[in-house]
Amino acid sequence: MKRVYLDHAATTPVDPEVADAMARVLRETHGNPSSIYAEGRAARVLVDRAREDVAAVLGAQPTEIVFTSGGTEADNLALRGVMKARRGLGDHLVTTAIEHHAVLDTARDLESSGHVRVTIVPVDRDGRVDPAAIAAAIEPKTTLVSVMHANNEIGTIQPIVEIGAICRDKGVKLHSDAVQSVGAVDFDTSRIPVDLVSVNAHKFYGPKGVGALFVRRGTRLATMQTGGGQEKGRRTGTENVAGIVGLGVALRVAAERRATESARQAALRDRIIDGVLARVPDAILTGHRTERLPNNASFCFPGAQGESLIVALDLAGFAASSGSACTSGDTEPSHVLLALGLERHIAQGSLRLTVGRATTDADVDALLAALPPIVARLREAAVVSV
Amino acid sequence: MSGQVFVAMSGGVDSSVAAALLLERGEDVVGVWMRLVPGGVDTDAPRCCGTDEAGEDARRAAARLGIPFYALDYAEAFGRQVVDRFVDAYASGETPNPCVSCNQHVKFDALLRDVVAKFGGARLATGHYARVADAPDGTRRLLRARDAAKDQSYALYMLGQRELRRTVFPIGELANKTETREIAARFDLPTATKAESMDICFVSGDYRDLVRKRAPRAFDVGPVERVDGGVVGQHGGIGGLTVGQRSGTGVATGERLYVLRLEPERSAAIVGTREEITRTTYELRDVSFTRDKPRGNSFETSAVLRYRGTPLAAAVEVIPDGAILRLAAPALVAPGQAVVFYEGDEVMGGGIVRAGSPG
Repeated sequence: MKRVYLDHAATTPVDPEVADAMARVLRETHGNPSSIYAEGRAARVLVDRAREDVAAVLGAQPTEIVFTSGGTEADNLALRGVMKARRGLGDHLVTTAIEHHAVLDTARDLESSGHVRVTIVPVDRDGRVDPAAIAAAIEPKTTLVSVMHANNEIGTIQPIVEIGAICRDKGVKLHSDAVQSVGAVDFDTSRIPVDLVSVNAHKFYGPKGVGALFVRRGTRLATMQTGGGQEKGRRTGTENVAGIVGLGVALRVAAERRATESARQAALRDRIIDGVLARVPDAILTGHRTERLPNNASFCFPGAQGESLIVALDLAGFAASSGSACTSGDTEPSHVLLALGLERHIAQGSLRLTVGRATTDADVDALLAALPPIVARLREAAVVSV
Repeated sequence: MSGQVFVAMSGGVDSSVAAALLLERGEDVVGVWMRLVPGGVDTDAPRCCGTDEAGEDARRAAARLGIPFYALDYAEAFGRQVVDRFVDAYASGETPNPCVSCNQHVKFDALLRDVVAKFGGARLATGHYARVADAPDGTRRLLRARDAAKDQSYALYMLGQRELRRTVFPIGELANKTETREIAARFDLPTATKAESMDICFVSGDYRDLVRKRAPRAFDVGPVERVDGGVVGQHGGIGGLTVGQRSGTGVATGERLYVLRLEPERSAAIVGTREEITRTTYELRDVSFTRDKPRGNSFETSAVLRYRGTPLAAAVEVIPDGAILRLAAPALVAPGQAVVFYEGDEVMGGGIVRAGSPG
């Protein structure tokens, strides 16, 4: 059976150019970047070049890029590192109700350890944070605000420039989890007043297990782990050279293709949104209609259960997800959908479809043919089981 | 037959082999595992097929066979239909049969319905030792497993034609457990040496601790009485007692006394001698028939009163809302337990012993 992959928000296939570059590193460069001899210097050159590539795409300086093991580590490093380094200045963290668990659970962990007070700002029905609500939540003891750029489940993009301006005005650092958006949309730190940005290679056709944190010059950051002092002591541990090279190439390729790919994917996304809303009765689009990622179409189908939708779609040849991949296999409704004000039983019928570079019009046609009868069948089955 | 067969995989050897046998027959097989305890909840019940660890075993077995595999969440249904019923039964003086509730309400109701209605599956297979055969009249018949020592048909008596038409028991045809293990080894299934699951799968230690926690009233102290009302002692709560068990009381009189009846409304346990507690007539509730209807309003049968119990000669009279079981010779079966009607190897149906059955 031909498979149609519509879960690019969970992960993307590795770009062939990325895979080639990584394979070359694994075969040809075995040195440790910290070593002073030729083999070490050769590895160091590769890491530096990747750092320059990443910095260039983000409008940053190479010294502002810290490589990590992925988005989760970047988020942890940002929150824990800033709250610890700025402990003398305050103890208050502001974040939002729709953050990824890597941010929300880290905030809760910091709160339960007793050192940090946390304020969680709500969002509107489209998943947008009101910049005025962020301003209102900031206290004299606030040291960090963390607002994601684009949501992983519903694709809504936040007014990050406005939020950044408020934070800068109040002398508070701003972190943004841009794992879903970097690569897909322009994210230029020379224009966005943000101090820390999390990115993750496997969301933009790079390898899994490598990410980066942009740390604006002048932002103090405590380390989470201790050791040999790599990454200027901000993230110690021998560098994942092949992964870092993969991240650098992947981000460069994504930036090169962004203009054409974003428009192409947005057209596919809109076909899915319009097609599903027209063909599936009572379908609800989740997330903002226009301020959303170019590849994200997410819905709730009242009366159908998300987990069953995913199984039925998989059996029909489609890979999709209900909420985020991290919470799949869990029938608890998503905290993001609940934060939009959706009722639990509606939030349980969620479906996220995210297109990618390989997605075609024919794939969308196939989906639009397959999905309506599946939703109808699940709704019918749900009524019988009551 | 055409269409997909969904196999309920527990992570154990039996259901893994069931999947392997179907695959070998050329069937289009999909593995499903049922989460039966809420995710992230620690359970130390080592035989539970619904824990994360069992799910991992099932996933590995499915991967070895190269079949699609899904973990589906039935924790809510299992908690309500099996665990709650189990606690309620003990709290009301009955002796529950959780395997029967699980088959009736979870596997062959919630799961089977989802397989057919939601996922478009044609049939559901499980790793039960039982057989289903097509009869000339077009009905499906539920039979004992070929290996009598492993037979589990007792706990499946509630299946009707609707369920049997969509049910497959691939390992019921196997000669013995050795053959099952040989097939597992042949398919290099990682479950080949796993221990067999049985009994109360969701309780790790003493079931009474669970009942005590969930229904503390069932552990109110109460009187132990003889049939004539004479008090002969005290007990620590009817939640810890089972009809038929030896009573610790009566030592002074030198008699062997057994629990005859439990009266939860006044926390009383009635005890009696072996002769007093066995009887020939029992009233059954929730009576069902595998061919959907009985052969007549009264019929002769071989009644089995417990899992792998000996068939006893009996007559059944169907009454509104149940049946009367008349055994040829006195025997003991506790309220809440299943009585299953056999005719040779065929399961004809059964029911649950009603509390306060006429003596």
